[in-house]
Amino acid sequence: MSDNGKPKLAMYWASSCGGCEISLLNIHEHILDVDAIFDIAFFPCIADFKVKDVVGYPDGYIDVCLFNGAIRTSENEEMARLLRQKSKVLVAFGSCAYEGCIPALSNLTTREATLNTVYLDNPTVDNPERIIPQTVSEMPEGDLTLPVFYHTVKSLDQVVPVDYTIPGCPPEPHQIWTVVEAVANGLLKGAPLPPPGSIVGAEKVAVCEECARERNVKHIERFYRPYEINPDPNICLLEQGLMCMGIATRGGCGALCPLVGMGCRGCYGPVEGVEDQGAKMITAIASVMDVGQAGLHDEQALEKKIDALLDTIVDPAGTFYRFSMAHSMLQRTRANGHGRNN
Amino acid sequence: MSAANKRITIDPITRLEGHGKIEIFLNDEGDVQNAYIQIPELRGFEQFCVGRPAEEMPRITNRICGVCPEAHHMAATKALDMLYGIEPSSAVKKLRELFYMAFYCTDHTVHFYALGGPDFVLGPNAPAAERNILGVIHKVGVEVGKLVIDTRRRNHHVIQMLGGRGVHPVAGLPGGWSRAMTKDERVEVEGIARQNIEFALFSLKLFEDVVLANQEYVDLVLSDAFTHQTYYMGTVDSSNHLNFYDGLIRVVGPDGKEFVKYPASDYMNHIAERVEPWSYLKFPYLKGVGWKGLVDGPESGVYCATPLSRLNAADGLATPEAQAFFDKFYTTLGSQKVNGRYSPVHHRLATHWARLVELLYAAERMLELSQDPEITDPNVRPIVTNKPTEGIGSVEAPRGTLTHHYQTDERGILTKVNMIVGTTNNYAPIAMSVKKAAQGLIKKGTVITEGLLNTIEMAFRNYDPCMSCATHSLPGQMPLEVRIRDADGNEVERLSQYV
Repeated sequence: MSDNGKPKLAMYWASSCGGCEISLLNIHEHILDVDAIFDIAFFPCIADFKVKDVVGYPDGYIDVCLFNGAIRTSENEEMARLLRQKSKVLVAFGSCAYEGCIPALSNLTTREATLNTVYLDNPTVDNPERIIPQTVSEMPEGDLTLPVFYHTVKSLDQVVPVDYTIPGCPPEPHQIWTVVEAVANGLLKGAPLPPPGSIVGAEKVAVCEECARERNVKHIERFYRPYEINPDPNICLLEQGLMCMGIATRGGCGALCPLVGMGCRGCYGPVEGVEDQGAKMITAIASVMDVGQAGLHDEQALEKKIDALLDTIVDPAGTFYRFSMAHSMLQRTRANGHGRNN
Repeated sequence: MSAANKRITIDPITRLEGHGKIEIFLNDEGDVQNAYIQIPELRGFEQFCVGRPAEEMPRITNRICGVCPEAHHMAATKALDMLYGIEPSSAVKKLRELFYMAFYCTDHTVHFYALGGPDFVLGPNAPAAERNILGVIHKVGVEVGKLVIDTRRRNHHVIQMLGGRGVHPVAGLPGGWSRAMTKDERVEVEGIARQNIEFALFSLKLFEDVVLANQEYVDLVLSDAFTHQTYYMGTVDSSNHLNFYDGLIRVVGPDGKEFVKYPASDYMNHIAERVEPWSYLKFPYLKGVGWKGLVDGPESGVYCATPLSRLNAADGLATPEAQAFFDKFYTTLGSQKVNGRYSPVHHRLATHWARLVELLYAAERMLELSQDPEITDPNVRPIVTNKPTEGIGSVEAPRGTLTHHYQTDERGILTKVNMIVGTTNNYAPIAMSVKKAAQGLIKKGTVITEGLLNTIEMAFRNYDPCMSCATHSLPGQMPLEVRIRDADGNEVERLSQYV
């Protein structure tokens, strides 16, 4: 391993889709700058290093580790612990590492249900012996091993301490480059780094603040499914009755989804200072509900009106916690005595 | 301890999507007795999508893969068309297909230049440190690197313009698309398509100059170690021309005869999946042939779904320049026309060339669509009132035929979800290729060299296992380590490359 004084960079995926790597590569020609500034110390996606190399590094050898993906298996957790030990700065990169992302909707179901569906119940499965993958399989030639598939999807900070977080599914390329540049300036020129624990590469305010759509503080009587109306191109989607999480979601993406007529689904996580994105969204919906004048005089009529609106929210848990389930106050549903552990 | 009962572990294989591991077992004579490729990962989409509104699936299932989110987005959107019983207008279909061609142009480019190319441009036995995309650039010139970066940039621009985001698009709706294309945008996209054609032709020329002009490489491509005779799957239009977006799924046998052709909605009658206790990934196979294990030939239901298999399954390509290269592909590789169609090419390393022929087709098709008078139709977001029931949607993902299958209640809330994903189709053939490479390379008394490791690597690479396409602009190589242990688990030898 060469030691030319360049800061050491690592990027690792745990339980992830690869979109974080693609978004990093979408900084286009800046990728050559990243290569010029940093020495890659570990980056299984693109470079030569192996787990045993990382094991051999002194503690804190890696200056910055961008860790994407959630913790879903024993292997993911082992890698998180190893990289924490070897890295000065550990960054939760992207929604999975930050808050579990969409795969953490698994926390609304159980490990057993998942295994049954995938290996036993699906219509194309041909599995007369009802085989479920095992952590150890005794084959004629020797044992084969697999990591343990956990009950619960966890965020990175539920396993090891995290220094910074870059939100987004995936983080937008211009935000990634801003962060990489800032870190490089900190490491090379002593420029001040943000306080530990900060969320970087994003705004502090909501997506609504960067959305071009016009808001008129209009109240709504019901929600529509995205195929039930053709929304006005210039008016706030939520005020047209389309579910949009922008009001409860940290900005930084540039409000890309509302720009093409689709509601925000919250991939940048809660706005600064808010712990639970879903709770924030529920409050926000309460504030746009049209309760009319009836409620002032007639509680039953009010209840009916509220129920009617709530009935048009078809999947509250899967919508309000689409990206943040693992990191929310809920974390998971209680199932078969399995609480928050594994 | 003798050479008997040795076990060779290759871990990790970093360019399989996420994580992968190979275990090779040697027999008493020191030959390869068996080889396993294990996928130690499961994310459980088929279960946790139950309970979600079906129309969210294009925005949920793209998180299966951030490398080909456009493919999942499109398969999901097409499943919604059927679920809600709404046939998209021809303008909607064309707009979706245009978006999808931009995706193909960036995706296939990455594979050739960052992953497959270095083995040929620099040679399979070149020093490991040079055998990567930077080595390619050094050898053929920095301007080529810029062309690759520019190709990714302009096509991701189109993906974001039409799909809403550069990664994980959002625009797909039942029977529609959330956003129309303006006339100004159309002009821009037409220009981008022309640049893509130019780039594809340049890439094909590069392949001819570097690979086909080198007898050593031609011999390698044609060698038995990289050859399997399997069934081949691909989507075709009504003229049996390849189509990435829509058509019927056609399977041809190892002899090139059509085995079956079916609409995606019939997939359950044709595809089944085996479960093995030692891997989290299932093994799909053709029901009509049956599962005989990890073997090739007409009696085995193992099939392949890759650029090579798509060309083998089609009678031709629907655009002129790509068709010319299709002919060249088969005639150069010694294929004869039987009953009006070329007999299949079984050489797995030819997949790299097939991928570039597909790149040219995607670019030409993108140009055609960008010039279509309907492409700027502003009415692409229909209002849907039908009751949902069941929906199946399929597209050709770059790494294989991709099928989504949803059942819902009367409110469109998912009750059952099944998916057969691009790379998964190829799990059995990949496993066979690994075993064959290992058997071909490791014999009694073989000294395991770095070149051996890279050749095992090449057995993988032509399939473009999903994660590999993330290696766009930096050195692309697959770290491998081989550890040889005795029967007691003691390490007796360790070889590695890129370590």
